[in-house]
Amino acid sequence: MLGHPSSPPAVEVRGLVKRYDGRAVVDGLDLHASPGRVTAVLGPNGAGKTTTVECCEGLRAPDGGTVRVLGLDPVADARALRPRVGVMLQDGGLPTGVPALDVLRHVAAMYARPRDVDALADRLGLRPFARTTVRRLSGGQRQRLALATAVVGRPDVVFLDEPSAGLDPQARRAVWDLVAELRADGVAVLLTTHLMDEAETLADDVAVVDHGRVIARGTVPELLAGAAVPDGGHHPGATFRAAPGLPVADLALALAPATGGAAPAVRETAPGDYAVDHPASPALLAALATWCAGRDVLLTRVDVGRRTLEDVFLDLTGRTLR
Amino acid sequence: MTADLTGADRAAPAARRVLAQARFETLAVLRNGEQLLVTLIIPVVALLALGRSSFLDVGTGDAARIDVVTPGVLGLAVMAGSMTSQAIATAFDRRNGVLRLLATTPLGRSGMLAGKALAVLVVATLQVVAVAATGLALGWRPEPAGLPAALLALVLGVAAFTALALLLAGTLRAEAVLAVANLLLVVLAVVGGVVLPVADLPSWWAAVAQWLPPGALGEALRGALVDGAFPAAHLAALAAWTLVLAAAVRRWFRWT
Repeated sequence: MLGHPSSPPAVEVRGLVKRYDGRAVVDGLDLHASPGRVTAVLGPNGAGKTTTVECCEGLRAPDGGTVRVLGLDPVADARALRPRVGVMLQDGGLPTGVPALDVLRHVAAMYARPRDVDALADRLGLRPFARTTVRRLSGGQRQRLALATAVVGRPDVVFLDEPSAGLDPQARRAVWDLVAELRADGVAVLLTTHLMDEAETLADDVAVVDHGRVIARGTVPELLAGAAVPDGGHHPGATFRAAPGLPVADLALALAPATGGAAPAVRETAPGDYAVDHPASPALLAALATWCAGRDVLLTRVDVGRRTLEDVFLDLTGRTLR
Repeated sequence: MTADLTGADRAAPAARRVLAQARFETLAVLRNGEQLLVTLIIPVVALLALGRSSFLDVGTGDAARIDVVTPGVLGLAVMAGSMTSQAIATAFDRRNGVLRLLATTPLGRSGMLAGKALAVLVVATLQVVAVAATGLALGWRPEPAGLPAALLALVLGVAAFTALALLLAGTLRAEAVLAVANLLLVVLAVVGGVVLPVADLPSWWAAVAQWLPPGALGEALRGALVDGAFPAAHLAALAAWTLVLAAAVRRWFRWT
């Protein structure tokens, strides 16, 4: 486990197997989440993320392996566990015919010392639609209400299944701020996402899941450094944008001194979009800018090809659609 | 973090959770226009129509028309509230994940069921009060000796039809439940022997219908409230149906 080796894991999944109609959707999955840390389960659709989380929530019984949440079995010890766990389902699970804030008050009534409903409503911007029935809420409004119901009971562990799906940028920021606050309060947050920027911004630990297994895990910096990728991954070179139709062969020659002699391949991948098949260095960028200045060409964008979590993810899970 | 607290300290007391759920579900019925129509307005309108006019021939024997019709409409109200309304509400809660979400809160599945049972009883009480008040205003004079048996019949009817509602809601798609629950109400109201005495049905069918839940409920209510009798056989049939349907719910109800 990464991070706080001394604290016991809030969530510990070992060798989890879950089959639907004989087909293993989760197939030997291991996962840990620690108090005071945000753990992101990242994976393409159908990777088994939701099934894994539902086993942790006690909504599904595993076909194999063990699941422990706060040291308890989510199915057998459900009664003791439910008051300490907050859940946000992917499809919301909100009653549709009821005003939004009534739903939150109702869930709050299940706990002895819930959060202050009004303060939480202000915090997540639920006020403007407090009296609107859930049926009439937008997707983003429902998401925020579902998040509020997940945290209203002051849980020790929070499971968030795709918390930012369908949110506008402001609402997403509000959700992210609340998740960061939960972490600061020592709550273990386990979230699923296929949004790279969400995992990159929020997560302390990331588990990349595909075909029901964890295929890479680590902190975000570890994954970006390629430590978790067996072959070091694919390192893109520098790309830039300028006027279309530049003489790329001439540019390649001009860049040769900056790359140590051999001329790098330069291609115009789309009109005005260029790719240099060489990692960016200060000398390479200076040579590129000098060559452009000599032709009175304005560079409108330069990307130095820093690896993003998206690159790591695509390296691991493949670039083809499925 | 308050990790020193055990789960039990964090949850509201069980009784408070169940009462909150009962209140929530009752209000959900009362503020939903369609549910209100099915549970309260249709039975009252049916009583007004059947009790005042004589466009439908009701075999009343030597009893007053309103005395025969009111017990039948009480049975119809129970079917509408406990079967149709509950089946549709539960089916959509199931499809929308509400049953799953509440199962993860301290309420749990057992609390959800207890709250639902309580809500069904509250709604049924409101229905009985509304129908009985309308009937009394129209001149209904129930046989006092039959009141305890009628109450028992209503409770058993609520239990049997709620179990049927859960069986539908827990096994079929929500859209199918919407169709089936409404269709059952209309068909059974006409030919089920609940609103009209089974004696008005073709004899071959009456022999069957009086032992099915709608007929047994209708006959039990009429036996108690018209004749002041204790309709033991029909009450026993209702109790048996309740057990059978509850066992089927246990066996086949799916939460997701």
